[in-house]
Amino acid sequence: MIRLLARRLAFALLVMWVVATGVFALYFVAPNNVARTIAGRQATEQTVELVRRRLGLDQPIPVQYVRFLGRLARGDLGYSFVNSQPVSEVIRRDLPVTASLALGAAIIWLAIGIGAGSLAATRPGSAADRVVTGASLFFYSMPTFLLGQIFLLLLFYRLTVAGYPIFPPSGYVPLTEDPAQWARHLILPWLTLALVTAATYARLTRGAMLDVLGEDYIRTARAKGISEGRITYRHALRSAIAPVITQFGIDVGILLGGAVVTEQVFGLPGLGREAVQAITTEDLPVIMGIALLASLFVVVASIVVDLCYALVDPRVRVR
Amino acid sequence: MAEPTVAARAIEGRGPWRLVYERLRRDPAAVVSALTIVAIVLIALAAPLIASAVGHTPSTQYRDIGLSPAGIPVGPNGTFWFGTDSLGRDVFIRVVYGTRISLLAGVVSSVLAVLVGVVIGLAAGYFGGVVDTVLSRIMDVVLSLPFLVFAIALVSVAGPSLTISIGVIAFFSWASVGRIVRGQTLSLKETEYVEAARSLGAGDLRIMFVEILPNVLAPVIVYATLLIPGAIVFEATLSFLGLGVIPPTPTWGNMLSDSIAFYRVAWWFVVFPGAALLVTTLAFNLLGDSVRDAVNPHRGVGRESK
Repeated sequence: MIRLLARRLAFALLVMWVVATGVFALYFVAPNNVARTIAGRQATEQTVELVRRRLGLDQPIPVQYVRFLGRLARGDLGYSFVNSQPVSEVIRRDLPVTASLALGAAIIWLAIGIGAGSLAATRPGSAADRVVTGASLFFYSMPTFLLGQIFLLLLFYRLTVAGYPIFPPSGYVPLTEDPAQWARHLILPWLTLALVTAATYARLTRGAMLDVLGEDYIRTARAKGISEGRITYRHALRSAIAPVITQFGIDVGILLGGAVVTEQVFGLPGLGREAVQAITTEDLPVIMGIALLASLFVVVASIVVDLCYALVDPRVRVR
Repeated sequence: MAEPTVAARAIEGRGPWRLVYERLRRDPAAVVSALTIVAIVLIALAAPLIASAVGHTPSTQYRDIGLSPAGIPVGPNGTFWFGTDSLGRDVFIRVVYGTRISLLAGVVSSVLAVLVGVVIGLAAGYFGGVVDTVLSRIMDVVLSLPFLVFAIALVSVAGPSLTISIGVIAFFSWASVGRIVRGQTLSLKETEYVEAARSLGAGDLRIMFVEILPNVLAPVIVYATLLIPGAIVFEATLSFLGLGVIPPTPTWGNMLSDSIAFYRVAWWFVVFPGAALLVTTLAFNLLGDSVRDAVNPHRGVGRESK
């Protein structure tokens, strides 16, 4: 258990180091002059030089690299080029939006995906199986931004025109301010993100369940007279769920770093939208900070998933 | 008299690829999706012909006939089959031209990803040891990167373009191919025919690419078919976010990005490029599923007889 944890932590550090180095390299590949960007367009050469020295950009690259890693280790992500706000503050402001979106959607897609997948797997070839397989192929092929716009067109616009303004087109209300409005503003984004993702989960669950249901121990369980429901959920689903959990760790990790597309379509002021907007303003520290945070989330999520396995499945601990 | 023909058919040698082809031909989903893809490819190739037949170009702004006097885009009609966009451009011709970018980005980036993935996967599986450890860790790192945020970071530095899009998509796709190839290579390199080849004096490269590679092609082809629709969606997403092909070149992604501001007045902004994109990804995914079932006919089906 300890060895597993140590190995996972070592890999996590490796990933974060690679990502940080990549981010550092991107700053230097960047065609625009960082000091000039910060100093402003009208700044004199002396001012630009002063900014360069203050930022340590006159130092040799290896020195800058070590300092950069040192700052990261202390959690200092630097300051926005645009308004000099600390990047960590920008993240603190945007993260609740992204987290509300990602975690809410995660609950929906897990329920739909695993439910539909196991429903289909226990009745292979049936009408229910064909509906689930067809629907999951459809939503699996559906780009997120397209589904979002279809929802906007039909559920926001058509309903509102018809006199039922149930769903707002965009915007965010903090949970702490008004829980009902928070949920109302998030329903369409949740559904968009959840349906597209649930398709993958239904396919995964169905495939894994079909494999498991052919195993001998399932036949043994059936021969012992255990009810079908118990076999499906206690015996089969339990061992079929492993690949689903792995996928879940990756997906939640990635989305917490910015549900870029959904935030963009529904105008939610989260991390992903912040990163996209930072491109037009060439605000590198914000983009890089979000990229680093996103990688951190993925890494942490995968460690949590591995530890969950180890707790549930003794075989993992021995390996 | 019928007897000899039956016997002749029974002993007719059919290679594994021939069997896959026979199975696909009998699968209606495979036939429909393959024909759809052929049609999409033909549309992409014939885009200039279609444009000259209709008499419109993809980036001409038909402000006098394509916009109402108040400057509102016109809906689908006899002149503009799919309506016009906010600048009075022909949505139909733009959707037709968008096919080219989507297919190009989807296919080229998938081919790149497969090439890199196959070489790295073969090397990792075949050489083992330190080579395998290093290459496997690299694949793990690539697979655990939040790709969209990283695509944003890369594009913010390199600037948006089709080449960058294709590079970014390939970069985030090769590792899963590499993992599949590595796994297959690991077991294949222990087989007797590989040992036989080695004892006949075959070098490492020959064993990797002549002996092992043909035997890992089946899963790679299945995966590649499923990689293409993913890459098409990825390209459309990059264009949608303004990180892909730069306007005025029409892509389904940037058309759908324009439509965000206009769907209230012009549903055709969303519906036509959206339908084109969805039909394309559906066709490729359907074909990919069919190819997978044809290559592994026993997988998952009929294993459980209740």
